Amino acid sequence: MLIIDCPYCGKRPEIEFSYGGQAHIARPVQPADYDDEQWTGFLYMRSNERGMRAERWRHVRGCGRFFNALRDTTTDQFHGSYKVGEPRP
Amino acid sequence: MLESNDWLRELPPATRLILQGAPDAFTAAARAWSPGFSATACRATGSGGRNSLWLGPDEYLLMAPANADYSDLQAALHDVPHSLVDVSHRQVGLEVSGAHCAERLSGGCPLDLDLSRFPIGMCTRTVLAKADVVLWRTRSDAFHLEVWRSFVDYTTQLLLEIARC
Repeated sequence: MLIIDCPYCGKRPEIEFSYGGQAHIARPVQPADYDDEQWTGFLYMRSNERGMRAERWRHVRGCGRFFNALRDTTTDQFHGSYKVGEPRP
Repeated sequence: MLESNDWLRELPPATRLILQGAPDAFTAAARAWSPGFSATACRATGSGGRNSLWLGPDEYLLMAPANADYSDLQAALHDVPHSLVDVSHRQVGLEVSGAHCAERLSGGCPLDLDLSRFPIGMCTRTVLAKADVVLWRTRSDAFHLEVWRSFVDYTTQLLLEIARC
C-alpha cells in the first residue's frame, strides 16, 4: 500500500485517498470566449507525462480536503504534497 | 442491539454537531463552546462533558450528553458564515477497550494504532474495513468509535469476528 502525505493530517495509507486527476488546470474566466477546440482542450486534453506529475488528490476518508501531490508515474513514488493554491515546488 | 461484552459496548445516545466554517467561525464558537477547538490536526479537546474533535482544517465534530441545549452556540455563531448541523442520530458511539483494543481495531484499520503514534486524545476519520469511522483514543486502552448508524451491525460483527480469530 502506498503512503501518501496529506498536508493537513500527515502520512496516511492510500486507501483513505481518492485520485482527482491532473493538477493546476484553471477553469477559464470567460468560458464563452473559448472556441470548441480550446474548450475541448480544457475539458479533456491532459499531458499524461511520463515521470514527475502534479496531481490532485482528496483525503476523502480523512480530513476531506483536496490537495496536490507530486508523483512519479514510472515508479509510483510520491515526492511531496502541497496545499491547493500553492505553487508547484 | 449489541450483546453485553467486556471489551465492545455501545455508548449511550449523545448530541452530535458538525461545525464547518472559516477560522473566524471557530473563534466565535469558542466563546460559547467551552472545550474550544484544537488548532493541532487530529486532536480532540474536552471539558465539562463537551468535546470537540478535529475532523478537518475547517470541520469539527462537537459532542455533548444527549439532548444538550446548544442555543448559546447558535447565538454565538449568528453573525458569522458557518454550517452547524445536528447529526446526533446519524451515528452511534461504540467503545472498544481492554488490553487488546488496538490489535482488534488493527484487524480492519490501516493506521498505526500504537500508543506512540496514536496517543490519547488523537482523533481522526478513517476506515474500518468497508466502513468510514471516526476513531478517537480516549484512554491508553480504549477507543471511542463514531459509526454511521447503518454500519453499526457490520462494524460490531466485524470486530467480534476479528476478536474470535
